[in-house]
Order: sequence, then C-alpha cells, then structure tokens
Amino acid sequence: MDDLLQEFIAETRETLEALSGEIVAWESAPDDRERLDAIFRFVHTVKGSCGFLDLPRLARLSHAAEDVLAAVRSGERSPDTRLVNAVLAIVDRIGEIVEAIDAGHALDDTGEDLLIAALDTGSEAIASSAAPVMRSPTRSVRLNVDLLDRMMSGMSDMVLARNELARRLRDEGVDPTIEAALERLSLTVAEMRDTVTRTRMQKIEALFSALPRMVRDTAAELGKTVTLHIEGSDVELDREMIEMMRDPLVHIIRNAIDHGIEPAADRRTAGKRETGWLNVAARQSGNQIVIEIADDGRGIDTARLAAKVVSAGLRSDAEVRVMSEQARLELVFEPGLSTKDIVTGISGRGVGMDVVRANVEQIGGRIELANQPGKGLRIAIHVPLTLSIMSTIGVGVRDQRFAISRQTIEEIVRVGAESIRIDRLGDTLMATVRDRRMPLIDLGNLLGFATSEPVMLVIVSVSGGSYALAVDAVLDHEELVIKPAAPAVMATGVYAGQTLPDSGLPMLMLDCAGIAQLAGLVFTREIVIEEDIVAAVPGVQALMFDDLDGVRRIVPLSVIDRVEPVPVSAIRHAAGRLRLSVDGAIIPLVALGSWEGRANVSVLRLRDGTVELGYAIGEALDIVQLPDTLVAAHDSGPIAGVVAIDGDQIEVIDLHWLFSSHADPCAASDAPLCLLEGADSAWLTTFLKPVLEAAGYRVTTGLRPGEQAGIVVTMDCDCPVACAGAPVVRLRRDAEADGNDDSIFRYDRPGLLAALAKSAGGR
Amino acid sequence: MPLFLIARIAGRTVAIESSQVESVVDIGAVIPVPRAERHVRGLAALRSRVVTVIETRAALGLPAGDGSAMRAVITVVEGHHYAVLVDALEDVAAFDPMPLSAGVALDRGWQRVGRGIVDRDGEPILVIALDVLIPGTVALAA
Repeated sequence: MDDLLQEFIAETRETLEALSGEIVAWESAPDDRERLDAIFRFVHTVKGSCGFLDLPRLARLSHAAEDVLAAVRSGERSPDTRLVNAVLAIVDRIGEIVEAIDAGHALDDTGEDLLIAALDTGSEAIASSAAPVMRSPTRSVRLNVDLLDRMMSGMSDMVLARNELARRLRDEGVDPTIEAALERLSLTVAEMRDTVTRTRMQKIEALFSALPRMVRDTAAELGKTVTLHIEGSDVELDREMIEMMRDPLVHIIRNAIDHGIEPAADRRTAGKRETGWLNVAARQSGNQIVIEIADDGRGIDTARLAAKVVSAGLRSDAEVRVMSEQARLELVFEPGLSTKDIVTGISGRGVGMDVVRANVEQIGGRIELANQPGKGLRIAIHVPLTLSIMSTIGVGVRDQRFAISRQTIEEIVRVGAESIRIDRLGDTLMATVRDRRMPLIDLGNLLGFATSEPVMLVIVSVSGGSYALAVDAVLDHEELVIKPAAPAVMATGVYAGQTLPDSGLPMLMLDCAGIAQLAGLVFTREIVIEEDIVAAVPGVQALMFDDLDGVRRIVPLSVIDRVEPVPVSAIRHAAGRLRLSVDGAIIPLVALGSWEGRANVSVLRLRDGTVELGYAIGEALDIVQLPDTLVAAHDSGPIAGVVAIDGDQIEVIDLHWLFSSHADPCAASDAPLCLLEGADSAWLTTFLKPVLEAAGYRVTTGLRPGEQAGIVVTMDCDCPVACAGAPVVRLRRDAEADGNDDSIFRYDRPGLLAALAKSAGGR
Repeated sequence: MPLFLIARIAGRTVAIESSQVESVVDIGAVIPVPRAERHVRGLAALRSRVVTVIETRAALGLPAGDGSAMRAVITVVEGHHYAVLVDALEDVAAFDPMPLSAGVALDRGWQRVGRGIVDRDGEPILVIALDVLIPGTVALAA
C-alpha cells in the first residue's frame, strides 16, 4: 500500500508540475478546450486513485472539481473567471494535501467546504490562495525501466572489461601500485554491481497484487468460492524474473481453482469447508526465491493421471506401473498431456504443465510438487534472485572448461573414494554415492571428446531427480555474467548461456536439465530400487533413539515423516502446550525430557496420514526390526510397552496416546480375540493394536482356521464385515458424526474402549 | 552509392554491403562448442564481448578449410554478434549493385547467399548477404 501511495504522490506531483503551465494558460484563455481537457484529466485521475487509496478528502475535492469541469465541457456552464479561480484553488489544494501526505504532517481541512462551495454558480468569488506550498525534498525519482536495463547491461560490460584489464595486467606483470589501483577499481565495480542489481529489484507484490481479482473472477466463473491468502509480498525479485514468473504463476493458480478445488457440494461431502483455500507465498532462501502455491483441493489422483498418460499413448502401461508415486506425480509435466477432456474455458486449453516447467527451467529454476490426495497440492517454484549474474562452478573436461550453475549442484565427489561406485548396467553408466544410486552421464562422452575414465562426479539435481555428471576436474567458483548464446549454440540443447570469465577465454554454461534430456534420463530407477528394498524387508521397521530423558525408545518407522534438527528457539510453550514452528507452520510438540543446554534438538516429525506431530529426541540411533512381542505398560501414557532388542529393554512409544493426547485410564477388560478389519489396516495395526493389547485384548488382522473373533473393529464400514457372528465396533475418521451413526471417532480412546468393553460383555 | 567490403571467401572474391558489417577484426583463440553444427567454429572473445565464430566454408556447404583463417567480419543478427571468417580482405569501395545477369545459376551455398553483382573495373563480383550464413536464425524462431 505504501508503494502505491508513494507512486500516487510522485505521479500527482509530476502531473501538477506539468499542469502548472496549462493552468496559467487556461486562466488567460478559459475557452481553450485543450487546456480544459488536460485539467479535467488531472482531477479525474486524482479522483480515481483516491477512491482506491482511501483518501476521502482528496476524493471529495477532485470529485467536486470534476463535476464542474464536466459541466463546462458539456457546455452547461461557461468558464468565467470565478469558476476558473475556484477550480484552480482546488488544484492548488490538492497539491498541498499531497505534499502534506508525503511529509506526514496534518493539514487543516477548514476552508475546503468553502472551496467546494465556490464552485457553485452564484457563489462568491474567492481569491486564489497562493499559500506557499511546504514541500519536502524529493526522495525518489521515477525512471524508465529501459534505462535500468541499459544500466544493468552496461554494468555487465563493465565487469567484463574489468576482467579483461585484470587479465592483461596479470599477463604483463605490472608493478604493485597499479595492481592496488585495480583492486580498488574491482571493489568499486563489485559494489556498484550490487547497487545496480538492487535498482532492478521489485517487490513481488507487483506480481501478487493482481491475484485477488484473478482468483475471484476465475472462481466466480466456475461457480466456486475461494479464499486467497498471500504471504511475503515484500520479497524482492529481479524485475525481469517477475515478468517471467507471471505466466507460470497464473497458470498454476488457474489450475488449482479449476482442477484442484472441488465444487462446494463435493467439499461438503469430503468434510471440508465449502470455501476453498488457496495460499500463495513467497520467501527468500539463500540466493533463491521460493514461490509456493498451495490449495486444499482434491490433489492429484496419480492413478487417474497415469491412466490418462497411458491412454494418450505417451507412456506404456508397463512403464507407468513400475513408477513410484512421486514419478507418477511428475507425469503432470509430460509434454502433450493436457486437460483437454475437461475443457472449462479456464484451463485445459492445451497449454500444459510441461510449458510451465519449461518456462521456469529456462530461467534457471525448478518446480517441486507435494501431493496429498484428497487434501490438496502444494507447488513450490524455486528461482534464482537474478538472471544476469550467476554463481557458478567451473569444471574441466579434457582441455576445455565449462560453467555449471551452482544452484543445481548438490555435491561434488571424487571417483575412487570409498563410498563411490561406478558400474555399467548394459551400456548405461550408473553411480552409487553412499547407497544412493543415480544415472551417470560422462560429460566428455556426451560432448564427443575422446573417452577417458571419470575423475570427479558433480551431482546435479534437475526437476525429477538427480544425476551424476562425470568431469575431469572441478576448477573454481566464479560469479559470472551469463548472457544468452547464439541460437546455433543454444540449439544443441547442452548450454544455458555463454560468459567471459577472468581468463579472457569465452566459456559456455551447461544446461543440466538439457543434458539429462539429451542423455534420455528417466527418473524412476533410483526410486524403484528403494521400493524394492522396502518391499523385501518383512515386518515393521522402527527407529531406535535416545530420548531427551536418557531412556532408549523406539517408534515405528512408517509414522515418521522425517527427522530433522531444529533450533530450540523454534520451540515454545504456547497456548497451553509445547509447540514447534517449522516450515512456516506450528505443530504440537511432545518432549519427555528437557533440552536445556542444547542449541538444537532433533525432532521426529510424526504423521498419521492427516495430523502432524513433533517429538523431540536426544539422538537417533538405528533402524531396527520391531519385535512382535510387546510387554504392555502398566498405565497408559506415552509408552505403550517394552520390547526386547538384543537383550536390552526398549520402550515403545504409544502412538495412539501421542496422537489422541488424552491420557484417560482405560477400562480393564478380559475381552477376547479382537479382529481388525477394513481398508485402513495400517492405521489399525500401527495405532490401535498397542492400545488394544494394552487393554488386554488379543489382536489379529486375519483369523486363522477355527478361530472365532470375539469382537470386530473396523474403520468407516465401507466394506462388508466378514464374520457376522461377532459384535462390530465401527470407527470413523471425523470427530463429528454425520447422522445417527453409531460409529466412534478413532481417537476417542475412552469411547472406543467403553464400546469394546460393552460389546465384549454383551457377547 | 552504397559502400561494399570486398573480401575473399573460399577462394572467391565477394562483396559485402557495409551496412551489414560492424567491424573487421583478427580473432584470437576460438573455444569450440561441442555438439554444435559444423559451421559453428566456436566462440571467441572480442574486447569484452563473446562472438560466435562462423566457419564460412561449411556454411556455404563447401569442404572445410584448414582452420587457419583468423580474419573475420563482425555482423550482428538478432542481437547476437557473429564473426564470419574470411580468407582475406581486399578493399572498401562504393559500387552500384546490379541484379544477377539473366541465366546465371549459382551453385551450392552460393545460391542462398548471392544477392547480385557489382562491377569492379570490368570484373563482376558476387554480392552476398551475411545473415543467411548464420545458422539457426530462421529455423529457431518457431
């Protein structure tokens, strides 16, 4: 808002200056139509901006003047001296108020009624108030963006010229005083470059300000209602980047409203608020800007997406079937895939996400997807701060050097180190870096140089995955001015641009995404292998850790989203409980000890599929097999029981208790065999089984021949219950029951145990 | 009368209209561009600018030269600077360009670049357009 106000002030001031001549001319020749029009335009513009900026005084004045001038233009009134004076008085007053707003001091509004009254026919003539306008010194100027662009390109040339000078001087071995002078020049140039770069920075508000209207219109067109939240409008980004981001952002947002957010009726059925939620946030992270677009719609149905890709003939059924979930998700970027089958006039005009991704990659960015089917989709666009100057790493291949954008490099490793392997699968190279398998591209080979053994591996990440690029040497880190190369060079698909480094020899910057594409990399291999491993290990895996109170404990791996260190400053006792701020959100935190004296604690981020919870630990130790036999704890609490691992007694965290956060003592009962049935067996086994066992039930997920279930627990009875003889306890996901449903909320522990006890007792 | 630069390319004398020529230079080290088409000889530094060096013989569809040509005509096409290699530079003079004589059929690449002739003391010299020598400028626009 401040920006808009500043702009308004600057603009009004400028127009007033230009207008002063017109005003004088109009005064002497009130019949001059051209002058009249110029003044009319001025008050009209002021009136328009005032309504927008909520400046009622200015609005009133300009509105009154506009009315009178309109009357003059239509010939209803004649511009006599009195009228001219009255209008001029108002124009002067507008100038005064604008200056007052800029200087931040109040201006007495008496006399304004008089000024307006003076416009009326038959009113007393007023003397034009020629009060000296108090004007604060101008703190800003308005510049043409072309000028800024020229300044930037001049700056780039200056950096290059300095580089050349430095090289020449070095070659000639000049005396130290000249070198010192050059050093000073270099410092000034560097400083200047930063300043000039900043002049091109613009608040991302320029991009975001149009969104509310766009979201409203798009949603209205589709008969949906969507609430838009915008965060981080004050993040600054290169002007050019803002322009480049506009189309992808608009596309993604339209997609979110059209395909993501469901119609109100569907949302009600899904237990969501009728109004859709859309969050657009920008933040700076290092030399990157991250723009995140999140919605609470239906997310991407990867199965349907995969089916569509197959039916469109873009991928084979077999190919899609072996893909991991993430790889299937990435199919939205498949070229040629459009949402044409559901054309709505909003999206689905044949421009696919592949174009969006290409646009983002073209400016050195990447897109990440986080999908929660049924719950929403989060798209994060990472882009560099500026296009013109890039942080690069120089690599050598045979006798040629190339630059790689530092942003895409994950790490650099030397071949021959212990944890690095290079293998051939058929004719395809593959690298294994610390148990992580990834495709390997021999850069020399790709560029058609004579073959040689890889020496260094540069691991680069492109959207979709990472791969290793084999080079001969990794040279140095340089800040370079990257310029686009000639079309004939870009056509190779290998290069992102060209530059002239200090060496004075031109250098090409590699386009890592383009190289992956040329080499025909398909990012499924790494993930498929991981899945195989997971599938091969039977039973439940669990993480063993030392807790904050020094006790060794264990928690099933499937529930851990990730383990990450957080600064203790992110932990607060707020609103009645411990909470952790992480990734811009606040999640409840459980800690069984104190973290005094530590700067960081490791936090397990636990997830039951819907709700997230933090659990602070001392140190993660190992991943182990969770033993089948659990000795139940005496009381219900954070500990479900104890298991024996390698002769040690290890406490098992009670996930159910953690997530329900209610430590109600459970009813003791000698209930018999309890059968867990239904689609959500993972939740039932991981969360519920320990609770039931602790309550003295025998629990199973499948009946052996001859066994008779005493009681059946099922989730959201969408599947028919097999054994009709036994009483059934139904659980539901939502806290609120819909209708006269006798189901029990799955975290309602006392209710659940009471129902079990009742059913078991009534047998 | 427009000014023409008289040069030798692939052993032939040609005339290049001076409006297409930014400067005439001797280029230094050329950094190859792997995987580029063969008429892109590489990149060279020209003062503080990077220019794309065009192997003129290859662009004309002729067998490549010995790579010793270092003299080049700098031309700007669509904002990019190109150094078009020439064997030698002979002269700069004003001529009256004339259309190709009826019936004259140029062969190979010359046909694409030929625009007309100028008459130097009775010797007809082919006028060529530099921009068509630059690869990729048209095809890539799509």
